[in-house]
Amino acid sequence: MSQLQLNNITVNIGETAIVRSVSLLLEAGEIGCLLGPSGCGKTTLLRSIAGFQPLRQGTITIAGKVMSAAQTLVAPESRGIGMVFQDVALFPHLTVAENIAFGMRKATTAEKNQRVDELLVRIGLPGYQARYPHELSGGQQQRIALARALAPRPSLLLLDEPFSSLDAELREKLAVEVRQLLKQEGITALLVTHDQQEAFAMADKAGVMYQGELLQWETPYQLYHQPRHQLVADFIGHGVLLQGVVNTSGSLASPLGMLEHSALRDIVGGTPVSFLVRPDDIVPDDSSRLRGIIKARGFRGAHNLYSVELSPGIEILTLSPSHEQLQVGMEIGLRPEFDHLVVFAADHCELPGFETEPPVVSPLPEAQSA
Amino acid sequence: MQMSSAGHSRFRQLSLFITAVLIGLPLFVIAFNTLSLPWSGDWSTLSHLWQTVIPEYINHSVWLLIGVAIGVMSIGVTTAWLTTCCDFPGRSILTWALLLPLAMPAYITAYTYTGLFDFAGPVQTTLRDLTGWGYGDYWFPQVRSLGGAITVLSLVLFPYVYLITRATFLQQSATTIEAGRSLGLTPWQCFRRLALPLARPAIVTGTTLALMETLADYGTVQYFGVTTFTTGIFRTWYGLGDLPGAIQLAGLLLLAVVVLMFLERWSRKQARYDQKHHRKALPFQLRGWRAFAAAAACWLPLLLGFALPALQLIGWSIERAEVWLQPEFWQLALNSFMLAVVAAVIVVLLALWLAYGRRQLPTPMVRFSVQFAGLGYAIPGLVIAVGLMVPLIVVDRWVIGLSQAWFNYNPGLLLSGTLFALLFAYTVRFLSVSLQTIQAGLTEIRPSMDEAARIQGYSGWQVLRRIHLPLLRPSVLTATILVGVDVLKELPATLVLRPFDFNTLAVRAYEMAGDERLADAGPPALMMVAVGLIPVILLSRAMLKSQRPALKEPEFVPTTA
Repeated sequence: MSQLQLNNITVNIGETAIVRSVSLLLEAGEIGCLLGPSGCGKTTLLRSIAGFQPLRQGTITIAGKVMSAAQTLVAPESRGIGMVFQDVALFPHLTVAENIAFGMRKATTAEKNQRVDELLVRIGLPGYQARYPHELSGGQQQRIALARALAPRPSLLLLDEPFSSLDAELREKLAVEVRQLLKQEGITALLVTHDQQEAFAMADKAGVMYQGELLQWETPYQLYHQPRHQLVADFIGHGVLLQGVVNTSGSLASPLGMLEHSALRDIVGGTPVSFLVRPDDIVPDDSSRLRGIIKARGFRGAHNLYSVELSPGIEILTLSPSHEQLQVGMEIGLRPEFDHLVVFAADHCELPGFETEPPVVSPLPEAQSA
Repeated sequence: MQMSSAGHSRFRQLSLFITAVLIGLPLFVIAFNTLSLPWSGDWSTLSHLWQTVIPEYINHSVWLLIGVAIGVMSIGVTTAWLTTCCDFPGRSILTWALLLPLAMPAYITAYTYTGLFDFAGPVQTTLRDLTGWGYGDYWFPQVRSLGGAITVLSLVLFPYVYLITRATFLQQSATTIEAGRSLGLTPWQCFRRLALPLARPAIVTGTTLALMETLADYGTVQYFGVTTFTTGIFRTWYGLGDLPGAIQLAGLLLLAVVVLMFLERWSRKQARYDQKHHRKALPFQLRGWRAFAAAAACWLPLLLGFALPALQLIGWSIERAEVWLQPEFWQLALNSFMLAVVAAVIVVLLALWLAYGRRQLPTPMVRFSVQFAGLGYAIPGLVIAVGLMVPLIVVDRWVIGLSQAWFNYNPGLLLSGTLFALLFAYTVRFLSVSLQTIQAGLTEIRPSMDEAARIQGYSGWQVLRRIHLPLLRPSVLTATILVGVDVLKELPATLVLRPFDFNTLAVRAYEMAGDERLADAGPPALMMVAVGLIPVILLSRAMLKSQRPALKEPEFVPTTA
């Protein structure tokens, strides 16, 4: 049975729809993650699951019980869920132990002490019971906030950009730690973030929200490799969208050359499409006829990320091991090496049938590529 | 916090709006009277005042404002810069001790200066004893003069500039000054070309606050015989019984206050604080004559603004030791404290009501109402008193008329002649002090804390009791003390609105000084100053706390600040 089910929900603030017809499913023990630029409605969505926002339409079901609908709103305190806030929101007048035990209202003192001790060990802060929040660093505060939310063993945990106030290194470390902790506790969780590294590190299921709509809800792998919408492709990972036109013969004329794929045959000739080119789809190859000028180089540790101009206004990205130093301004040869193709129609939605096999790429005639 | 029904929230919004309207009542009365002048065409009172007293009031007020502005800026900025950026003997004590002059009501300092430096005072007597001079043989500056008023007000009010400017100097990152040095500026040039321009909005803010106090002052200028708008309002109303004239003068004074208020708002907007984590600059270590000069520049205002007047008050209190044993004096003290406590409780409760309204129902109307209710701090007590008296008298007359017609009984002046009027005036004047304190405390309780508690199963009332009450207690306490002490020290409004035969410490000191019995003003004044020290201590503790290195990591600075 699914632990969290959003069925076609719409949330309004005033007259504006902040969340539009969003549906998603989270099985028990799964960690879900909502990605999206700020203002896309992801925090509002989270707050409506928590019960702080009423629904205009649709239903929210937690552990089989309808919590929110157009006419129903179970109070936040009766939902049995935990929440970790962006600004931590520890109670400054209570000690760490009192903060963690705050939600365990019906437990005995012994139970509280035991649970506090157990959680402090799990989050790596044993012996911090008597400290006050202001005595802790940001990372420690965020861990205590997590322990506080976990203490009453909620049926669902909501995390609202929990690591956004931490620096990048700590953020990734905590994300991995928190995932382990949630898995140990067997907690179903939904995380909201704008940081895809965080999402990839934590999530079993992830989705991208844009202007109130959930564009895709699948595994992080699928978000990266099979984006269903052009905006998802844009938001997740590096990559470039190239424009092309489908020929009557079922091939695609593009700045990379002619692409052939069985699925192209189902598309009417003359249709303009765009397709996604990730840096790992393009390999430097001096013998290739496809050539471009290096415009910029970004050092990424093991790799260099190059931006290569194929023709004026058309740039693609490619990776190469960082000990191979290529200079900006150099001309290099590039070989497309697609594992599969992601093609979008003019309405920005993915066209089906391209994920199964790689395309065949043949370079364009010399005259056209120049 | 709680899901409130639409009807309930509308009722609450309306109540907040009405509160603001009531708080603004004196202001509306004066504004209405002033604005209706051109309409009614009855200029006789105003033109009479123009021909007789107003030019003199304007002249004196302008010179007073200019003098005090120069005084507070030079003392305040110098002491602020020296105590933040230089190191010399006594710096750590001076840091908080320079706030002490705030504990002295200006009129009390004026009395002590008169006692010290008048012809019969110890300074001139000693001078004569040493030199053998007699009356008229030598020149000595006249204390009771415009210059004296400027000196006294500057010495008492400079901590406003000191406090605010110091905060900016502290916030200026060391790297700013170091960048200046690396670009070839000397320390002095760094101060003049970097620190000072950066602190300019703060200096303007502090100075306008001091000038608002100057415009509101009645005790000092009255005692020194400097005729200004406040003494004019008092004389026109009390001496000549001319309430319309007093209202028109109050309108003019209000106009000046509004100008200052806009200046203050504007300068606050100019202030751009760099809230990022920064390293504190190491203070310049001063030695030799420089250290001596810096120490003198900081100790002198403290000596003249606090130590000297306080010693004189202690001297008088010992001289009139018998006063401390009179039950009449303790009755007076009890009156004052009861009044202060009652006023403080009313004001703080009202501030809580408004602040929570602002937090839970932040509609444009509520926000505007709460902001409007917090304007009173700028308005002189006498202006509030005048503006309040008019509608209260109207209501009282109506009640008396009604009562006599129905019951043939005269209840007397129920509103204008009782403590009601006084408490109303205090509320108008001091609401903003407590509102600011409580709103600051309330922002510490972030909305997510409410939600964190709610989601863990606590109801709205439980959240209020378990989270808000303990977290807000210090702010409520501070607000109560601030308002209470302000009420205790407030002279002009108390003087004109107190019920017949009701005296307070402030009024007693004023009356004694007015009767040339300065020593008798000592005990009540000393008591006020002693109580006045409490908020100054609170303030200095808050100031020292805010400059301690933050334990939180820099990334935890709220991004909305």
